[in-house]
Amino acid sequence: MRTRKIGWKIWNDRLFSILSFALLGFAMLVILVLLSAVFLDGFTRLNWSFLTGFPSRFSEQAGILPSLVGTGLLALLVVFITFPVGVGAAVYLEEYAKHRFAGSRVLRIFELNITNLAGIPSIVYGLLGLVLFVRVLALGQSLAAGALTLSMLLFPVIVISAREALRAVPMSIRECSLALGATRWQTIRHHVLPAALPGILTGAILAISRATGEAAPLILVGALAYVAFLPDSLLSPFSALPVQIFSWVSRPQVGFHHNAAAAISVLLPALLALNSLAIWLRNRYERK
Amino acid sequence: MGKPSRKLRGFQFREFLIEFLLALCALVSVLATIAIIGVLVFETILFFRNIPVGSFFTDLQWTPLFSEKHFGILPLLSGTFLITTIAMMVALPSGLCIAVCLSEYAPASVRKVVKPCLEILAGIPTVVFGYFALLLVTPFLQNLLPGLSGFNALSPGIVMGIMILPWATSLSDDALQAVPTDLREAAYALGSTRLQTSFRVVIPAAFSGITAAFFLAVARAIGETMIVTIAAGQQAKLTINPLEPAQTMTAYIVQVSLGDTEAGTIEYQTVFVIGMTLFVLTLLLNLVSEHFKKRFQEAYQ
Amino acid sequence: MEGVKIRVSNLNFYYGKNQILSDVSIDILEKQVTSLIGPSGGGKSTFLRCLNRMNEIIPGTRITGQILLDGEDIHDSAVDTAELRCRIGMVFQKSNPFPKSVFDNVAYGLRINGWKDRYLIEKQVKESLKGAALWDDVKDRLHAPALELSGGQQQQLCIARALAVEPEVILLDEPAGDLDPHATARIEELIRNLKQRYTVVIVTHNLQEAGRASDRTAFFLSGQLIEVNETQRIFTNPERQETEDYVTGRFG
Repeated sequence: MRTRKIGWKIWNDRLFSILSFALLGFAMLVILVLLSAVFLDGFTRLNWSFLTGFPSRFSEQAGILPSLVGTGLLALLVVFITFPVGVGAAVYLEEYAKHRFAGSRVLRIFELNITNLAGIPSIVYGLLGLVLFVRVLALGQSLAAGALTLSMLLFPVIVISAREALRAVPMSIRECSLALGATRWQTIRHHVLPAALPGILTGAILAISRATGEAAPLILVGALAYVAFLPDSLLSPFSALPVQIFSWVSRPQVGFHHNAAAAISVLLPALLALNSLAIWLRNRYERK
Repeated sequence: MGKPSRKLRGFQFREFLIEFLLALCALVSVLATIAIIGVLVFETILFFRNIPVGSFFTDLQWTPLFSEKHFGILPLLSGTFLITTIAMMVALPSGLCIAVCLSEYAPASVRKVVKPCLEILAGIPTVVFGYFALLLVTPFLQNLLPGLSGFNALSPGIVMGIMILPWATSLSDDALQAVPTDLREAAYALGSTRLQTSFRVVIPAAFSGITAAFFLAVARAIGETMIVTIAAGQQAKLTINPLEPAQTMTAYIVQVSLGDTEAGTIEYQTVFVIGMTLFVLTLLLNLVSEHFKKRFQEAYQ
Repeated sequence: MEGVKIRVSNLNFYYGKNQILSDVSIDILEKQVTSLIGPSGGGKSTFLRCLNRMNEIIPGTRITGQILLDGEDIHDSAVDTAELRCRIGMVFQKSNPFPKSVFDNVAYGLRINGWKDRYLIEKQVKESLKGAALWDDVKDRLHAPALELSGGQQQQLCIARALAVEPEVILLDEPAGDLDPHATARIEELIRNLKQRYTVVIVTHNLQEAGRASDRTAFFLSGQLIEVNETQRIFTNPERQETEDYVTGRFG
């Protein structure tokens, strides 16, 4: 009868179990502590004058209205530009190109290209925007340039998520519709798109949330942190909340740090709420 | 069947038009790539007309903004890799362990709460993490390490790790979940504990998926801008000491953009050369990651 | 209690709201082959998995009743499932070798139990592969990937893997279910040889296999144990009508 030395493996298992749950708890705790510290820091500065004021040399008088408005406008513009084009591209690739180019390498190259675009650092998109939109297209350091730059950044992300949503729609829906004599577009418009809509929306919301939080590309394109007016046209200079936060954090005076914390306290809940909405939407859709 | 009626032909034209418009949308992706590469390559070529390629890779200093100019990329590369390494050391082991915990140990109720939390956390903008690094983590670390300077590589490295952690955990968890149950059952039936099954059977089986996630994480860390710009400093030097300031490639680009640099000058071109380097590096990492992802999908689809 | 390896008393098994097993009581005798027969969905596999507590891996399952191994309650809180499964091994219907080499598959059970001596491990692997009648086939490619073996060989590998741990009881869930007749015959012979050292419980749809290979047979129907007896009696002179209907092919 051989000896069984197996107690140790069970103790290792229990130890790992405890440690990994502790690690999970610790990680969540750290993030919670960091978030709370920010809110506590900025809480004192959060008031109506802060939300409706303009930047100033004096930290107590500075406000975030231009950057709030800028961020809002950017988000809207980006949605209008990227959503149709991105979803359109996804529809083409998923519903048309798959059949026209089946088996050929063209489709694969397209897919690889989009995946790579999605992985390019956001600052490189800033460089693209600087040259293409600010200089070549002579839009200057304007709201339009910022919106277009962010749109380029988000385009591959929306294409990928829209494609996944379209792929999740069962083939039978398409086959049914085509068999009844509908054209491809009719099938897409009346059957496929509505079925894929929750998934597409989820992807779009997540993309917008990401765009709203981006600072690097906007810095390169010239989002100013000291804008004393609200943008009145697409070609006017603009500001955005993440850029404002960056500028304030980079200043040595503590007063501006409080401002940065307060601005974060405005930006974060909005973004977290957007993300939560997207995830809730996706969970509901998946359950169906 | 006779000739198509007028109505049918009109239909066909509409269909064709729509398909054409949609194809144009898809073409944007090609145009985007061409534009990015064009922009970067153009200025890079201009740069290398003035600076010999060899010195770019071998010069140990990077001082394009000083009067005595050196154009070696090694200091910026070392800054990027130093911070990336610290971030990976924080994010990857913890990410894998937490993923194992979620996938193999945690009851369904815990998973249902934690997984959405991870995804929501992944939406925190990086500028907020920059705030964490400079104003919260650095002072905290300075209590523990008195020699720590205000701008250093350790703090943004750790914070970047914290930023990447939820996302890396999520990806690893997906990879682990894709491993079929019958492999686990075989292991359990032989008397393995969960720990043994996870590390000896499930993780090796999910290896390509986890590797793909690893390369993606590195690519993301390399391209990260705000955390390092805010907290790591602006001194480009060749160093592996995390307690001193360091500058990454991304931070340098921001530094130049915030200054008054004229188009056409050598300083302007440096920004694009660095951008090109970033582009190539992340492209390679993404391609490698895709390769592993394909292998993983082939195994489990 | 002599000669009884596993005693099951009043076992009920629930999956969510469904009751899969009702009041099953059976003695599994030592060093004998007991086969479990019955139509699909009768609860045979579920019952088998109760014996080594494999059903606990699936969430939502509940069990009442008692299972004793050598007189000890396997559900006792002091018993760890990993320990239990070293004593009661299992081979699944669909072969599931690890994506590792042949050698590493068989050595797996040893390594997780702390075996470190290379020589001893190699010796045990060889013995186990011989016991599964696979040694001659693989002795020249021990380090080749296990997934390169044929279906039948993979199943033999799974048996070798289970044998390496030297369990007292081996549970086989339709081990030849996915295999061609030639491989099936090899497996059958294997099972006949196994009972010299192990207590074997086997779930099978193949009545001839049950008839040939086992000492005792238990007939399950709709989650209940209808009858259990010596195999000869079950097949030639069963006590219950349902048993007779099944073994004569009137249904199932």
